[in-house]
Amino acid sequence: MNKIKCECGHVNPEGTVLCEACGKPIEGNQHIDGNDEKKLLNMRYEGSARRSQTYNKSIIDKTWGFFSSVKVGVWLIVLALIASALGSILPQEMYIPADAPSRDPAIFYEERYGVFGLIFYQLGFHNLYSSWWYMLLIALIGVSLVICSIDRFVPLYKALKKQKAKRHSTFLRRQRLFSETESINENDLDTVKERLKKQRYKVRDEDGHILAEKGRFSRWGPYVNHIGLIIILLAAILRMTPIMYLDEYIWIREGEQLVIPGTEGQFYIENEQFLLENHDPNDEVFGEAIEMEGEMIASNYQTDLIIYEAKNDVAGADPDLEKIVEDELRMNHPVKFDRYTLYQSGYQLNEFSNMSFDIVEEDGDGEALGTFTVDLSSPETSYELDSGFQVEVSQYFPDFYMDEDGNPASETNFPRNPGFVFLVYPPESDTAEVSFIGIGRNIDATGDNNYSLSINDFDMRAASGITVRVDYTLPFFGLGAAIFMIGVIQGMYWQHRRIWLRPTSDGVMLAAHTNKNWHGVQKDIEKAIDGTKINMVEDQQELDE
Amino acid sequence: MSTSMLLDISNAMLFTAFILYLIATFFFGATIRDKRSKHKKGIAGKIGITITIIGFLAQLVYFITRWMASGHAPVSNLFEFTTFLGMSIVLAFIIIYFIYKTGVLGLFALPVAMIIIAYASIFPTEVSPLVPSLQSYWLQIHVITVSLGQGILAISFVAGLIYLIRQIDQTVRSKRTTWLEIVLFTIFLFIGFIVSTSIFNFMDYEATFEYTEQNALTTTEYHLPAIAGPAGGELMTEGAMEPWFEAPGWMQGEDAGRKFNTVIWSFLTGTLIYLLARLVLRKRIGKAMQPLLKNVKPDLLDEINYRSVTIGFPVFTLGGLIFASIWAQIAWDRFWGWDPKEVWALITWFFYAAYLHLRLSRGWHGEKSAWLAVGGFAIILFNLIVVNLVFAGLHSYA
Amino acid sequence: MSLDERKRNKKNKKKNRLIFRSAVLAILLGAVIFALVNNLQQDNNIYRAGDQAPDFKLEQVSENNDLETIQLSELQGKGVMLNFWGTWCEPCKDEMPYMEELYPKYKDEIEIVAVSLDATELVIHRFIDSYGLSFPIPHDATGEVKDLYKIGPIPSTFFIDPEGEIVEVVEGALSLESLEGHLQEIRPAS
Repeated sequence: MNKIKCECGHVNPEGTVLCEACGKPIEGNQHIDGNDEKKLLNMRYEGSARRSQTYNKSIIDKTWGFFSSVKVGVWLIVLALIASALGSILPQEMYIPADAPSRDPAIFYEERYGVFGLIFYQLGFHNLYSSWWYMLLIALIGVSLVICSIDRFVPLYKALKKQKAKRHSTFLRRQRLFSETESINENDLDTVKERLKKQRYKVRDEDGHILAEKGRFSRWGPYVNHIGLIIILLAAILRMTPIMYLDEYIWIREGEQLVIPGTEGQFYIENEQFLLENHDPNDEVFGEAIEMEGEMIASNYQTDLIIYEAKNDVAGADPDLEKIVEDELRMNHPVKFDRYTLYQSGYQLNEFSNMSFDIVEEDGDGEALGTFTVDLSSPETSYELDSGFQVEVSQYFPDFYMDEDGNPASETNFPRNPGFVFLVYPPESDTAEVSFIGIGRNIDATGDNNYSLSINDFDMRAASGITVRVDYTLPFFGLGAAIFMIGVIQGMYWQHRRIWLRPTSDGVMLAAHTNKNWHGVQKDIEKAIDGTKINMVEDQQELDE
Repeated sequence: MSTSMLLDISNAMLFTAFILYLIATFFFGATIRDKRSKHKKGIAGKIGITITIIGFLAQLVYFITRWMASGHAPVSNLFEFTTFLGMSIVLAFIIIYFIYKTGVLGLFALPVAMIIIAYASIFPTEVSPLVPSLQSYWLQIHVITVSLGQGILAISFVAGLIYLIRQIDQTVRSKRTTWLEIVLFTIFLFIGFIVSTSIFNFMDYEATFEYTEQNALTTTEYHLPAIAGPAGGELMTEGAMEPWFEAPGWMQGEDAGRKFNTVIWSFLTGTLIYLLARLVLRKRIGKAMQPLLKNVKPDLLDEINYRSVTIGFPVFTLGGLIFASIWAQIAWDRFWGWDPKEVWALITWFFYAAYLHLRLSRGWHGEKSAWLAVGGFAIILFNLIVVNLVFAGLHSYA
Repeated sequence: MSLDERKRNKKNKKKNRLIFRSAVLAILLGAVIFALVNNLQQDNNIYRAGDQAPDFKLEQVSENNDLETIQLSELQGKGVMLNFWGTWCEPCKDEMPYMEELYPKYKDEIEIVAVSLDATELVIHRFIDSYGLSFPIPHDATGEVKDLYKIGPIPSTFFIDPEGEIVEVVEGALSLESLEGHLQEIRPAS
């Protein structure tokens, strides 16, 4: 095939549907945009030659052609839509409730949802959104975005740049909005021109042929928003690399000072206190809602924290810590320092930090014969008391419960319900009395102890769960989103409107095209031709039926 | 002014707005008889839009007074959000009305808004305090934008629906007439919902159930006779109807049983009304409505459908995806977490993106476009109703 | 323009177009592959059979064993059964006697390293005493090694061959037979 020379003299690339300059339909290419079947011209991409549709030889060209099809793009979108919906039917693995009897996905799905759950799990839908095929689907949408945009932008740009005011009569006749007037007054055309200019149209006049155009930049909207989407996808790829993204989690108890994970020992965090505050159940406004809820409604989770930076970090030596930040970490109020951001993500109340015990004589006056304090984070094996008593820790259960066989055991690793078996050696005695003691429990194992133990005091503390994040990709996501928004607004809140006037022997042909808001362009024309002899355009649209 | 007084005003204003929308609907109904309404705007349309605007202002007063009373934007639970969605639809309708001056749009848009406001009433209406994760000014920015976007998209559904009723060939029964009838039947279900809840509300029906949820004994109050009781629930009120069966256990979230029961009642009542209507009209509802719409220009409906999507899509993207992500990043340390509600916002976005591409590049105008608009709104409603009722996620606060 | 020139021109244009398209497709393909590979690697953060076991060094707390510290790399040449456990974990308690039973038999070829995830040393000592365990028990007090091996529920056991490669990962308790079977797999070839 060769280039196509139109009767107006313009040379068009092969595959052109409408002459780039005058718009005359090029014979033999009308099937490409389906113009052969309809009266109206299909104006998409101005009837310019999309290259993908003209060459189809090598594998590269074929691949290009495949991805440049909007049909393929829409199919990819539809597939992504269906896949996303599938994954939302049952909770994803990360949303398996914390109170589920088993959080192991192999068990959870079948146990709760039966055979359907089992199939869901076996198909890998419990991690659908990070599956390779879902990623591939999204990636293919990205590929389609890039290729579709390149394939259309260049020819469209050229066509809009090369368009002439002088258009072929067939082109005008086959526009959706068209009218023909047999005879007009001499100055009608000038009036229309002036009025269109007033409506901020750019008016071009070539030998009496008039093209009034406005809002052409809205045609670039789709390409701008696609660039935004591509940036977002690239940011998502960047986020997978560890340099750009760090995600750590730390549990820190009140009073503790720990190195912040992921900072290679450079930063330390201290938890001064953790606060859990509730809404006042007697509140005038919210009381009713809280009562309906039947339980307290939290109003605040907060960690008062201090961040230190370690100086002169010589191996083996304790680092000098310099306080750099002191702040309140709350939900919706992350704390930033250096390149890190901390988030309040979890908490654990009611852990015991230490407990003190009194030794009392069974039949005595209740006066303490000695007191000792156990640090629950590192209990010692035995305690020597000033009064001569020696207490040995025989067993320690941080989170005491009775197991199925009736033996004392610990349910978790955390000191939430400490229980002890103590061996109490009275002064200058080698025989120990065995005592079991815990919260609300004080058991004399043999029944003939002379001394008993009692809890005299304890301290409790909360643990705060904090996420540590570094995310250098956020600005890229932000940039992509901003460009996307600019693109959609540009493309959708403005419209490209064109009005052509082609003088005939005595009268004029009037036609108009817009990519959206036909109502608006008709109003523009109405205003422009008011009082002239020019006929109002007729809408020639053929709807599907 | 005391907060309880503010709340009284607030509730009264919401009710006023609802009634005004109802009245306005009748005036918009009158416009379709007005043969000249195309060019010289009929008086009925003018009265209709005036009443609509007054109704909207009343609802705005509801919104502001409730905000003043609670100290936070009243978009923090499902009652408040759903009510606000209804308000957004009215606002979107007012805007589109002033562009296109089509009264018939109001005849369909206002009932849709009313149905949604009525739906809101199945959720607890008390002013609830904010949990820590919601205490952010992003709450109002995110929710208001999302619901505005959805409101505008709802207008595209309304225009699409009118288009379908107007254009589909009703002389013979076809796949298309059946589908249209299904869409209309769904609307009857919502009407069934309003009718059944209003009747029993009027009768002051009440039945209390006790059941265990998440290892805690909870009570729930039914305002409709229990066809489906809560899973593992026990009837506490004497003389109330014993449930016929229990709601399935996989339905999660608060008061799942009660909500499920409401669905059953709506279905039964809606079907009943539908069958009665069919009996009286002796033809498909779509066929019966078609002649009423013959004065409406289909290409104008097609344009309204498309225009609403072009206006609504950017707003929805901004609120439902971008603002949502920014807030999620601040509150939960990740901007995207594949929570069901997030996923369905993405699905909505995918759907309208497909709509736009099909329309622009593949020439899906007219009827195809109208079907897509109906489908898009179905997804929005699915996200509002099913995702909240069945899928428990981060958004199910209410 | 002569016909020849025009032909050449067209050929050039075509060639340029092909180069351009190939370049764009290559970049896109690269990005897609990069994304997919990265995604797979994230799943691979968990150590699986076939991976080299990451090295660690911990203090050994059992008084029944002479070692003061345990460093994985120093055990090369011997098979290693790396077990993660805690005193509060019921299934861990169940498998401990089996490990103790087989330890003397395989001692010269295989080291059993049972990393305790307990918070306090006291409970470990009491546990060792009541079960009479003789294999080395390092104490991962800070949870560093637990994070390194991405341990979820315990018990979790890694069977590592004399070259330091993970042969098998078992989540959950072992029976005496299965334990012995796995130990057989990691014996040094003699």
